[in-house]
Amino acid sequence: MNIKDDFPILKNRDIAYLDSGATTQKPKQVIEAIDKYYENYNANPHRGAYSLSIEATEAYEDTRTKISKFINTKAREEIIFSKNASESLNLIAYSYGLENLKPGDEICISIMEHHSNLVPWQKVAKKTGAKLVYMYINEDFEISEEEWKTKINDKTKIVGITHVSNVLGTINDVENIVKYAHKKGAVTIVDASQSIPHMKIDVQKLDTDFLVFSGHKMLAPLGIGVLYGKKEILNKMMPFLMGGDMIEYVYEQETTFAPLPNKFEAGTQNVEGVIGLGAAIDYIEKIGYDEIQKIEDEVIDYARTELSKLDYLDIYMTPNKENHSSVISFNIKGVHPHDVASILDSEGVCVRSGNHCAQPLLRYLNMDSTCRASFYLYNTKEDVDKLVSALNKAYNMFKKYIKVEG
Amino acid sequence: MEENLEQVYNDLIMEHSMNSYNKKKLSSCDFCEMGHNPNCGDEISLEMKMNGDIIEDMAFSGHGCAISQASTSIMIDTLKGKTVSEAKEIIETFISMIKRETKSEEELKKLEDAIAFRNVANMPARVKCALLAWHTVEDMINKGEQEGKIKSSCCN
Repeated sequence: MNIKDDFPILKNRDIAYLDSGATTQKPKQVIEAIDKYYENYNANPHRGAYSLSIEATEAYEDTRTKISKFINTKAREEIIFSKNASESLNLIAYSYGLENLKPGDEICISIMEHHSNLVPWQKVAKKTGAKLVYMYINEDFEISEEEWKTKINDKTKIVGITHVSNVLGTINDVENIVKYAHKKGAVTIVDASQSIPHMKIDVQKLDTDFLVFSGHKMLAPLGIGVLYGKKEILNKMMPFLMGGDMIEYVYEQETTFAPLPNKFEAGTQNVEGVIGLGAAIDYIEKIGYDEIQKIEDEVIDYARTELSKLDYLDIYMTPNKENHSSVISFNIKGVHPHDVASILDSEGVCVRSGNHCAQPLLRYLNMDSTCRASFYLYNTKEDVDKLVSALNKAYNMFKKYIKVEG
Repeated sequence: MEENLEQVYNDLIMEHSMNSYNKKKLSSCDFCEMGHNPNCGDEISLEMKMNGDIIEDMAFSGHGCAISQASTSIMIDTLKGKTVSEAKEIIETFISMIKRETKSEEELKKLEDAIAFRNVANMPARVKCALLAWHTVEDMINKGEQEGKIKSSCCN
């Protein structure tokens, strides 16, 4: 089975695509599902009494059921569609955080959160008088048990934690963090954006109150995201966005809202995105997480080994392989990552450079930016070889000018 | 791309980016302005000392990629000793060169060494790196003029 063959862009362009942490490429199965939707049953779901609209509604709602099974929710209406993980997190911050927090309460998040699970909590803290507290990383780029047990306490009302860091690739011990947070009476939010493409998520086993992810990081189109929330909590929350399809009765001055999940889905939804996400899940399930993990283990192991051989690289990664997922951040000592990324680009190697929407983390590590290679099931050892040879080229271009500080 | 890359990362640019003599503090300055590209974390602080309407001295500090650092340093070399109105013309020419708004070879000569960045125009991801210092000095001059601290004659 050659997985690359399923991804037209990887055949059309001669590239080593190592930026799946930003967005993944799409298999033809996803692209075709969207084409089929527009060619055969495009209509506005939940609106029309005609069969076309009913077909669109069915496709939309069947995908909700599919996602519900995919992450093992108790009820299908616990799946809410959003634009992306950021919107899902904002929904929680506005509809849960702003409504339930008060002065003296604490919101506990990790220093490795993406801005989307950080900036909304700054707003909630400022508006409600709650305190924003951080769990920091140790020298292994991990959050130790001691750290989360110190930071989560009886005052903690919300714990927000990314499952996998988009900069470090560290896998956090979310299951135990959730358990401990619940013991202290806090509500938990897991950002699964960087984990769900690579590993099986079971929300009942994890027992988290909320979990979010983006479709486009798991083979689906851009512009579709998911919020999972426990029904009893979602039911008590106020809607986030107001408008069409999220209402029951609307009077001149008052409105009653629709039940879950529609309460949180105002306006015409991204049906093509939902259908694409459904096809992406089918694709992931067809290959299977075991196989995905097998492919990734082999390629990422190879990348870890080969990159570690380059003396001129600084690598920001936990030495504990079992706690590391699909992301490797690095720098050529003394060379700015943007210059490295440009030179890699000239060799057809796509990596991200910058602060990866995690400025507090980079500041904590005393850095401005890094290069980041992130891997997915279509990557091969050849992609790693291309990366290494492009890095050698970049290093050789800069070698004679490099001043290593310190 | 390959060709652009070799031309952009040439000796002049590399020397200026890694070992710039313009990266220092002035003992005294009339204007100071910060510039940054939040997405890349590049930050520079520009200092400028005036003598009448002539830019007597400039210096910078900060950090960023080779292109942003070299562009700042070479800009300083180019603008030093120029009148404010000459400087404004050079800044405008540089910005339009990078944004691929055509300028004649004759006009581009005004840029002196800064012409070395012309191939950045073909690397869209790096345009903002090359322009950081130039937009910062533009802001500095505009503010100075608004506050009446810089008077550039309009008739030369």
